[in-house]
Amino acid sequence: MKAKEYRCASAARTGLLFLKGVPGVAFGDRVSIRDRHGRKRNGQVILSSRELVMVQVLEGTDDLNLDDTWVRFLDEPFELPLSPDLLGRVFNGIGEPRDERPPIISRLRRNVNGEPVNPVARAYPREFIQTGISAIDGLNSLVRGQKLPIFSGSGLPHNRLVAQIVRQSRLLGEESRFVVVFAAMGLSYADARFFREDFENNGVLGNVAMFINLADDPPIERLILPRTALTAAEYLAFDLDLHVLVILTDMTYYAEALREVATAKGDVPTRKGYPGYLYSDMAEIYERAGRVHKRHGSITMVPVVSMPSDDITHPIPDLTGYITEGQIVLSRELNNQHLYPPVNIPPSLSRLMKDGIGKDDTREDHPRVASQLYAAYAKALEVRNLASIIGRDELPDLDQRYLDFADRFEQRFLAQGPDEDRSVIQTLNIAWELLSLLPGEVLSRVSEADLARYHHWEGGK
Amino acid sequence: MNRGTVTQINGPLVQAHLPGVANGEQVRVGEMQLTGEVIGLEGEFALIQVYESTQMLRPGEEVTPLGYPLSAELGPGLLGGIFDGVQRPLRAIMEQAGEHIPRGLELPALDREQRWEFTPADQLRAGQEIHGGMVLGQVQETEAVQHRILVPPDVKGELLELAGAGNYRLEETIARVRTPLKGIRELSLLQRWPVRRPRPYTRRDDGIAPLLTGQRILDTFFPLLKGGKGAIPGPFGAGKTMLQQQIARWTNADIVIYVGCGERGNELVDILESFPELTDPYSGRSLMERTLLVANTSNMPVVAREASIYLGVTLAEYYRDQGHDVVMLADSTSRWAEALREVAGRLGQMPVEEGYPAYLASRLAAFYERAGRVDTLGGGNGSVTLIGAVSPPGGDFSEPVTNHTKDIIQTFWALSKSLADARHYPSVSWTESFSDAVDAAARWWSEQISPDWLARRTQALDLLARAEELSRIINLVGVEALSPGQRWSVETATLVREALLQQSALDEVDSYCSPQKQFALLDLVMGLYQQGRELIARHVPVSALLELPALARLRRAKNSYGNEQLDAMIQLKEDIRTQLDKLAQEYAEDSP
Ligand SMILES: Nc1ncnc2c1ncn2[C@@H]1O[C@H](COP(=O)(O)OP(=O)(O)OP(=O)(O)O)[C@@H](O)[C@H]1O
Ligand SMILES: [Mg+2]
Repeated sequence: MKAKEYRCASAARTGLLFLKGVPGVAFGDRVSIRDRHGRKRNGQVILSSRELVMVQVLEGTDDLNLDDTWVRFLDEPFELPLSPDLLGRVFNGIGEPRDERPPIISRLRRNVNGEPVNPVARAYPREFIQTGISAIDGLNSLVRGQKLPIFSGSGLPHNRLVAQIVRQSRLLGEESRFVVVFAAMGLSYADARFFREDFENNGVLGNVAMFINLADDPPIERLILPRTALTAAEYLAFDLDLHVLVILTDMTYYAEALREVATAKGDVPTRKGYPGYLYSDMAEIYERAGRVHKRHGSITMVPVVSMPSDDITHPIPDLTGYITEGQIVLSRELNNQHLYPPVNIPPSLSRLMKDGIGKDDTREDHPRVASQLYAAYAKALEVRNLASIIGRDELPDLDQRYLDFADRFEQRFLAQGPDEDRSVIQTLNIAWELLSLLPGEVLSRVSEADLARYHHWEGGK
Repeated sequence: MNRGTVTQINGPLVQAHLPGVANGEQVRVGEMQLTGEVIGLEGEFALIQVYESTQMLRPGEEVTPLGYPLSAELGPGLLGGIFDGVQRPLRAIMEQAGEHIPRGLELPALDREQRWEFTPADQLRAGQEIHGGMVLGQVQETEAVQHRILVPPDVKGELLELAGAGNYRLEETIARVRTPLKGIRELSLLQRWPVRRPRPYTRRDDGIAPLLTGQRILDTFFPLLKGGKGAIPGPFGAGKTMLQQQIARWTNADIVIYVGCGERGNELVDILESFPELTDPYSGRSLMERTLLVANTSNMPVVAREASIYLGVTLAEYYRDQGHDVVMLADSTSRWAEALREVAGRLGQMPVEEGYPAYLASRLAAFYERAGRVDTLGGGNGSVTLIGAVSPPGGDFSEPVTNHTKDIIQTFWALSKSLADARHYPSVSWTESFSDAVDAAARWWSEQISPDWLARRTQALDLLARAEELSRIINLVGVEALSPGQRWSVETATLVREALLQQSALDEVDSYCSPQKQFALLDLVMGLYQQGRELIARHVPVSALLELPALARLRRAKNSYGNEQLDAMIQLKEDIRTQLDKLAQEYAEDSP
């Protein structure tokens, strides 16, 4: 079947090509399509019956006609050739070079869809990664093998934050840095250039494998791109024992492409027109992060999700939050105050933090300090809200202290330079500086011993 | 057997020409021998949902019907195990196939080679009439759990032979029964039961005892009974999984079945790695000895996710029938409903709300109906308590799954995003949650712990409600506008939140709170509230009350005193009284 070329298209619309009279085509098969100009396109079988085969065309169906469209069924799923040479290279969504260099040749090829990891084979992630960013290290720590997305919005500095994470992330007491798999879906030229230059300036380009689909590239390719990129990441992590940091940007464009195809197929729409399987589909991607028993390497994943109209309940961030192990949420309000990184603390969360911090990992007081900072800042925001209604002067003394705490927390703890690399100990010390603005009695989340050791209460200012 | 052929593949849904097959029947599909289930018939064509990925399957490949519905294997060896949604043994799969789950691999759920020490029931004799549910004998499945080998529900007749004490493999015959209709039946330690059919019992009883979880906001404020149905709805990150894991750890049930349905792989690893190290506060044994996991994580095939809930509850009923109290936790029932929706969509069924098929509500109700406290066929008592997490899109509780679930269950533990954002855990909202089991629970608390329980609980909830109203006033005109009595209410309500409701799962001392300690704390806080009110009536200023050293101690009492340190709490109660008396005296002297 592989060698034979069929001319049997019966319909072509919105990225789908319908073929008649080719029985026995495998579901998921990779398809090679030749259009009337002799140009090649790639497709994948998404429905196969005796009468009809439905093919999703990655480059879209624009400009196809039915009579001069030739199709070959390759009898194989989409596969990525794997070799250490992936690093330092730039590919498209199906792993073809985008950098004018020769394709990767390797006997080792793997289906880009991967196979689900047996949960029993997973190792629980618990090694603290120091990103040098207080909002993350102190309050929402990242651990090796975690999937921790950044929820952002248009115009917010998620790219800068991602670049800083890539530059600064390291394990305490270990020399080895991360290798990076960078998967871009619908990225603008400007953003792509920003990342390229940042990697280049920091001399890490040779440790990065890039899979790029730009804003004007065909959207359907975005559906396969993260799978291809993760196949590379799995190889680097579990065959070559490397610690891999995977950046997926922007998952919102991925989900939009999925909706486009789902609508064309006539799938039942659910919220905002997204298909009901958006959750499971994204989970197939996100769950490829992690650690595996007896393997040295790991996949840590930082996806970027832009929230349409800054709405965190929009299906894309919402379902992402239901799958990932926390989220770092960026705030437009803080960004408007020129505060970098503008991390919106209350809705941010790292679920794997609990096992990666504390006595043997960062410092003994860390878990309680984080919980106390959260609680105090939540209370301080309430007070700030109240002050905006009844005026600061009407507030009791303690409440005024909370107001100071909120301001100092934002300016001293949250804010830092895009090149400022703080150690986690520095971060914790700043935290105590702030907690010392409040009397010990209200700090019920830390222990008496913590107070004795770190709290320097001077009765206020 | 009449074979058929694949005619269409649409994701997990396969159509085959397969005349004569029955709805619900298991089939093997294609050269890869994928497992599936017939879910619809159209003339000679069958619609099959396949539990594994159908990639590279082709029309024309063969389909073989197996003649039986999806069934659970029941017998010793379940506890401590981890199975996927159709009961494939995940540990054995890893040993055989490595870290990924390959397709078409068929392994029995339970190990056929292992021998179990069987002790026959004393009172049974050959020649005796026996019937479904009777105990043939027992096997010590784990140190903590005795596994009773039951006559399968559909067997009735004359016991011809019962094996003596000894070590037997699962499939070895341990009893022979002459049945009137089906001739001689050989019984072994292993039985099967179709997962979609509830196992029979004699009679349903009302719940009488609370299911204790060691979590104050649950046990003291919104109790659930053994045999009850509860739901935990909440937006992402609000703490559903943590709360379910806390229940799995600390509940006073005999058996815990934890179903990870479409959620994260790492959460199951967390249980697998931590439970063997933790001790059950009741039996003193390792927690894993009473726990069983069903895992169909979000990246595993969707269709098996739909089955996992039924597998879990069938296993629960099986242990119930042995006379155990079983808790099944399902995280998350929303993912189960979504699996249902996905299959319905591919079948072209008419969606009614948010894409869900019309039968969503009835399926949910039928599932929760399998909870209950029953008289078993064998004449004992057992219960299945069902607790489902619900993951509403956008945290919106008016969506179909939350909404229908709310109508079905008795106890509703609503998690709140704003509490979680302020790191108030468990983020169970005291305004949106409810329990229909308070009266029954009150009887237990009053008999076992204290006759004042109900009154104290009510006072605390009233205080919280009043403080909520007062905080609206504060937000308009500031705290200065409140009377001293009102201020005291606001301050003690904060104390209720901090000293009682908040309970970190990560705190070594406070993670589990015994019923005695729960009441002691409740009594301390509410006692202080009342005494404080009396002093305020006698013109003691609120600020003087707030500066009492005992107050700071009370705030930390939950994690300063362990469950055994009830004396220390009695001491604290006395100290509070002394300090208050002193204060009263001081102000009595001051006043002219
Ligand atoms: N009882 C608790 N004690 C301490 N921390 C808690 C508690 N409950 C939740 N948390 C914190 O909140 C985080 C999120 O909780 P959890 O994973 O249970 O949320 P969830 O509601 O199950 O979210 P999802 O729907 O996305 O699965 C935890 O990782 C932990 O940090
Ligand atoms: Mg959860």
